[in-house]
Amino acid sequence: MTGVADAGLLVRRSVVRTMRQPANLVFSFVFPLLLLAVNAGGLTAATKIPSFPTDSYLTFALAVPFVQGALFASSSAGTNIAQDIESGFMSRLALTPLRRGALLTGQLSGVIALGLCQALVYLAVGEAAGAGFAAGPGGVLVLLALSVLITLAFGSLGALAALRTGSGEAVQGMFPLFFVFLFLSSQALPRNLIETDWFRTIATYNPVSYLLEAIRSLLITGWDAEALALGFGFAAAIAAVGITLSERALRSRMVR
Amino acid sequence: MSESNGIEVERLVRVFKKGPRAVDGIDLEVAPGEIYGFLGPNGAGKSTTVLMLTTLLPPTEGTARVAGHDIVREGGEVRRAIGAALQEAALDPFLTGREHMRLQGGLHGLDRADRERRGNELLERVGLTEAADRKVGGYSGGMKRRLDLGLALVHRPRILFLDEPTTGLDIQSRAALWAEVERLSAEDGVTVFLTTQYLEEADVLADRVGIIDHGRIVAEGTPAQLKAEIGRSSIEAVPARDEDRERLAEVLDRFGERTAAAPKAVAVRFGNGDDLTDVVRALDAEGIRVATLHVHEPTLDDVFLEKTGRSLEGAGDEDADEEADRLQEAAA
Repeated sequence: MTGVADAGLLVRRSVVRTMRQPANLVFSFVFPLLLLAVNAGGLTAATKIPSFPTDSYLTFALAVPFVQGALFASSSAGTNIAQDIESGFMSRLALTPLRRGALLTGQLSGVIALGLCQALVYLAVGEAAGAGFAAGPGGVLVLLALSVLITLAFGSLGALAALRTGSGEAVQGMFPLFFVFLFLSSQALPRNLIETDWFRTIATYNPVSYLLEAIRSLLITGWDAEALALGFGFAAAIAAVGITLSERALRSRMVR
Repeated sequence: MSESNGIEVERLVRVFKKGPRAVDGIDLEVAPGEIYGFLGPNGAGKSTTVLMLTTLLPPTEGTARVAGHDIVREGGEVRRAIGAALQEAALDPFLTGREHMRLQGGLHGLDRADRERRGNELLERVGLTEAADRKVGGYSGGMKRRLDLGLALVHRPRILFLDEPTTGLDIQSRAALWAEVERLSAEDGVTVFLTTQYLEEADVLADRVGIIDHGRIVAEGTPAQLKAEIGRSSIEAVPARDEDRERLAEVLDRFGERTAAAPKAVAVRFGNGDDLTDVVRALDAEGIRVATLHVHEPTLDDVFLEKTGRSLEGAGDEDADEEADRLQEAAA
């Protein structure tokens, strides 16, 4: 029980400090929507390509903000942890009877809460702009669950980077790398319509493609078991690896 | 002594990769209720020692028991018994003072009512009641240090570690913090292990002082003992007429060996058994008139100078960055 109570205290702190930095929030809420507006406006011609899955590019592109938002959230998770290490706040926590697991859960819960809020906003804006949602109301819950899992997955990678380097700058420096993964995926076109061979190969091996395609399946096709299994599977796998390695990095940082 | 409030350190060593021995075989003992001052220049190994004793950094060799528990094998027990305010007040700029108290109290297992009561009590004690609901980002350096100290006391620790608690503070804040540390030791019986690079702080506050340089303890004792060991006071005189300086020096040389003095003055360290009256009598016999005559009691700086050949003021600035780098590396 104490572990749960500890995590609760840290969640509250994490949420409070996130809410008190509104500038960061505006960025992670607005930036993905801005990119969505630009893409949806400029790339509608893509829907004319034979076998493009939908006639609304907005619906197709709406998947991207969910992943992008998770990237922003992960960057902020990492930066928060790195700041705690740099300021010595982590040492303060290490001197309390706090359990390691609670520490990581606490830090990541704030990010998940942020990810959930972001997902709700993207969804609302998408609907207001006329994007389709083929899977219906049940699909909304699945989409939110997937968003949370993706945020957790990326958040754990951000935490790992922070715990390994202990430097906020190093975490910020990794952020563009995450974006490369996003751009080298099926974010702009379905994989089968990517004509450049190397690009299609990379996009096929890039797990981000499957995250996008799972979200997209809910928006465009309805219930696609394979796409959902791949999306949830990759997100869960990344989260498992990220959390395991973060836990290990935390152990060597907080000598017990 | 399983429930003692003391600290026992035996041959403690910490070596950093690619670095010298930051802490090079330290032995020390701190009695329950004592204020122990760990005095040394920047980079001497003070912070590294504190990190080891607070279980935040494993030692390379040697053992230490804090509150009767081994710092390596019984880290949990050690942490329960100690409170620590480490260098760089470790606070979250986006939380208020009161929120820090609540969080710290909660993580130490206080229930909600107790958390609130203890938090208010400590905020008042460190003089932050009015600022309690302001974000820490807007606090002054002194306020941050005081909050840091208050947070270290939330769970009523038996041993308190303070790493350079007054570095960067103005004189008033420093005096307030000293008063609080003295009160903790005198009234609550808390053992205090305090590092400082300020002679005055060690002198005023510490019951016993260990002087550390290049990772080794070069002297240890009460401030009075240490000064007595150097022994003697020195006397400095300025002749009324410049041309008497030579003759003045000849007279003073009878009383002890020459030591550094101001430009027009002559100074000697007193030999044993002489006192000021003898000096005045001798000067009078030679017909030398003096403009000023000072007796300097030995300071801890004299002790440091005697043991290391350097003055504490400014010593070790070249080592400081190195130690900071090594701690950073160990943290990474």
